[in-house]
Amino acid sequence: MSATQQQFCTFYIQSLLFGVEVETVQEVIRHLEMTGVPLAPEVVAGLINLRGQIVTAIDLRRRLGVAGRRAGELPMNVVVRTGDGAVSLLVDEIGDVVEVEEKDFEKAPDTLSSTSRELIRGVYKLKKELLLVLDTQRSVNISATAGNESH
Amino acid sequence: MDEFIQEFLIEGGEILDQLDRDFVEFEKNPNSKELVARIFRAIHTLKGTGGTIGLKKLESVNHVGENILSRMREGKLSVNASITSALLKMIDVDRQLLATVERTGEEGDMDLSGIIQSLNAILTAGEILVQNGIVPPNAVQDALQIQSENHDDSVTSNIRVDVNLLDKVMNLVGELVLARNQILQFTSNQKDAAFLSTAQRLNLITTELQEGVMKTRMQPIGNIWNKFPRVVRDLSNSSGKLVRLEMEGSQTELDKTIIEAIKDPLTHIVRNSLDHGLETPAQREAANKPPQGLLFLRAFHEGGQVNIEISDDGAGLDLNAIRAKAIERGILPSQQAAKMTDREIANLIFMAGFSTAQKITNISGRGVGMDVVKTNIEKIGGTVDVSSVRGHGTTLKIKIPLTLAIIPALIVTTGGDRFAIPQVSLVELVRLEGKAAESGVEMIQEAAVYRLRGTLLPIIYLNRELKLTRKADSDGDGAINIVVLQADGRQFGLVVDGINDTEEIVVKPLRKQLRGISCFAGATIMGDGKVALILDIVGLAQRASLAGESSGHVAAVAKEELAEGNEKRESWLLLRVGDSGKLAIPLSMVSRLEEFDRKTIESSGNRQVVQYRREIMPLVSVADALHIPAHAVREGPIQVVVHSTGSGSVGLVVDEILDIVDQHVSVARKIDNSCLLGSAVIQQHVTDLLNVPELITSIANEGRMA
Repeated sequence: MSATQQQFCTFYIQSLLFGVEVETVQEVIRHLEMTGVPLAPEVVAGLINLRGQIVTAIDLRRRLGVAGRRAGELPMNVVVRTGDGAVSLLVDEIGDVVEVEEKDFEKAPDTLSSTSRELIRGVYKLKKELLLVLDTQRSVNISATAGNESH
Repeated sequence: MDEFIQEFLIEGGEILDQLDRDFVEFEKNPNSKELVARIFRAIHTLKGTGGTIGLKKLESVNHVGENILSRMREGKLSVNASITSALLKMIDVDRQLLATVERTGEEGDMDLSGIIQSLNAILTAGEILVQNGIVPPNAVQDALQIQSENHDDSVTSNIRVDVNLLDKVMNLVGELVLARNQILQFTSNQKDAAFLSTAQRLNLITTELQEGVMKTRMQPIGNIWNKFPRVVRDLSNSSGKLVRLEMEGSQTELDKTIIEAIKDPLTHIVRNSLDHGLETPAQREAANKPPQGLLFLRAFHEGGQVNIEISDDGAGLDLNAIRAKAIERGILPSQQAAKMTDREIANLIFMAGFSTAQKITNISGRGVGMDVVKTNIEKIGGTVDVSSVRGHGTTLKIKIPLTLAIIPALIVTTGGDRFAIPQVSLVELVRLEGKAAESGVEMIQEAAVYRLRGTLLPIIYLNRELKLTRKADSDGDGAINIVVLQADGRQFGLVVDGINDTEEIVVKPLRKQLRGISCFAGATIMGDGKVALILDIVGLAQRASLAGESSGHVAAVAKEELAEGNEKRESWLLLRVGDSGKLAIPLSMVSRLEEFDRKTIESSGNRQVVQYRREIMPLVSVADALHIPAHAVREGPIQVVVHSTGSGSVGLVVDEILDIVDQHVSVARKIDNSCLLGSAVIQQHVTDLLNVPELITSIANEGRMA
């Protein structure tokens, strides 16, 4: 792999293709049973038991502000490493690992919503579709006090 | 850093700690040959090993110290306070040197001429002054004898283990406990005898392993207490007080993390006792007490917790001064202060910014401290309580859990989810069935209460606190489960859907996304592999504003007074009707407090009624009955006090429900109105006491209603 190439682990959210750098991904697993956390921010879908480790699951649909999942649609877990331990990102569907070239990169267009612009670092123009680069650190950066904890 | 130096740093630290204790002991027993020999040996080791690994400064200081000790051994020099102080100073210098080495790898450029000079001065003065030492010359031989006897006995029974490794092992055992729980859950629907017995063995071995690993992390509390003789000596010397330190139960063991967490709070308490608690010899003699004060530390296991008591026989807390200070600082209003019990007042010392010390010394009394002590102890799930008798002393009682990593917990269900409640907060379980479930929980405006053996227990609903919308998997009987909990010195009832079982759980912290939610202390993995949240009882109580605030104090006072079983006292419901003053109804006459929408009021005959619990309940306007001009009809719901008798319920319509008070009421003035029992002073206000049965009869007779 040359210096201008980068590998991304991709997944779909509402038919949009997202990607995170392969190195930050710990593992990808099928749907796991979750325990909801009352009073938590809406984007926190719950806690999962990842082989004895308790991992917070963040629903990327809610995080990106797109429509929620329909009943019966089970999300997949993309477990990423962050500064504060592993966090699971809930996505609709897992895609391939793709290799991209630096020259295909472009900044996210200004017309995106402000939340999306905050979380999407940029776009790689693949042959068939666009790959949106997700900023994992920002995606998992939510504090409980900002949620509905306040009375 | 060099491995030898690393090892020496650990060993050196231990030697210095031991020296601290030995010197204090030596001052009391100046004739002990054994002690002289031990101190000599320790200083010799510091000097020798220090020199070998290139710590020249350490070597040179301890060389002079060794000379002094050597004179003592030979009986040419006898110990006194100034020599001990100089030697203790030398130990402090040693400590600083070791700390510098640990930080930088070198000894640094500390100036040692001062200490070496003062030590040399002792040597020369000693030559002139002391001819015949107290220690006889043959002490040398004896000391050498003891030295060779004691030398080898502690070599093989201990090894040093890296704490991180222990933590890792502890985590793994935690995982094993979880896996064991999971396996045990499978056994319930298995019939294979071999599997069952294997699972049983796994269970036993895991439990034993867990206990064993816990033990490796256990340390005797003596490890902290060992520092206190020196602290007490230094402080009593500088303050001119005579203090005897006694310790009991220093072998009591605690988890390493807890030992570390209570080190500073304990030291602070000891300093505080010496500085504020114990008096000077003159003051003590004036108070008919022996000039020497006593500081007593005691530790023991009880009910899965460690109890630590620190008591002194000093002047005790000046409760009046504390009360005055609390009012002056605006921490609590004066009427409230007047109602608080002595114990409540004494515990005010744990509030932030509180110090009643007349003068601020460099030891304590800066108004920071006791609140930090309390916070630190509560952080590790402990409690602290103070009791004091003026003139006779003060006792602080600390209760802390043995360990934090694996705790017993009660598992409850609410809204289909399981939650773990740490067993230490649990007081009892109450289950209300049938009729009791319908009327057991009473309302005071928004607040629910339950009468637990005559005491009003505030009730909070877990599903409401956590804003759970899912309905319970109701078992249909409508029973209410109340978990009675203790938080922050107060009790409250937590209503949950179901109570499952108690289980040993492994506490795992929550990630930062969820750390801000005060209701949860962490999470754990249950036997079936699912995650359950651990409730933070103090946080939950605070969220429901039960604990911590000043209003909580009043509730606690009322509760305590009730608990004292004072029959003269009665609970009164305070309310307001029209423009009258306050009215009071004995709480025993009140079944429930309700709000009704004005639209639900119907007429039956010439009475106003509402449908209430499948009954038709007549409404009686208290204003009309007392001939008080009623307020113009307002919007919103009407406030009703429900009074139930054998023949049914009657609703008393009032304008406002104010409060519940708990006090002895003496009827001060008789009133010529049969609907009133009289009037009395409640909460500094003249209050008319309603005669409820009479009021209802009079209404019935007059055929008048609201």
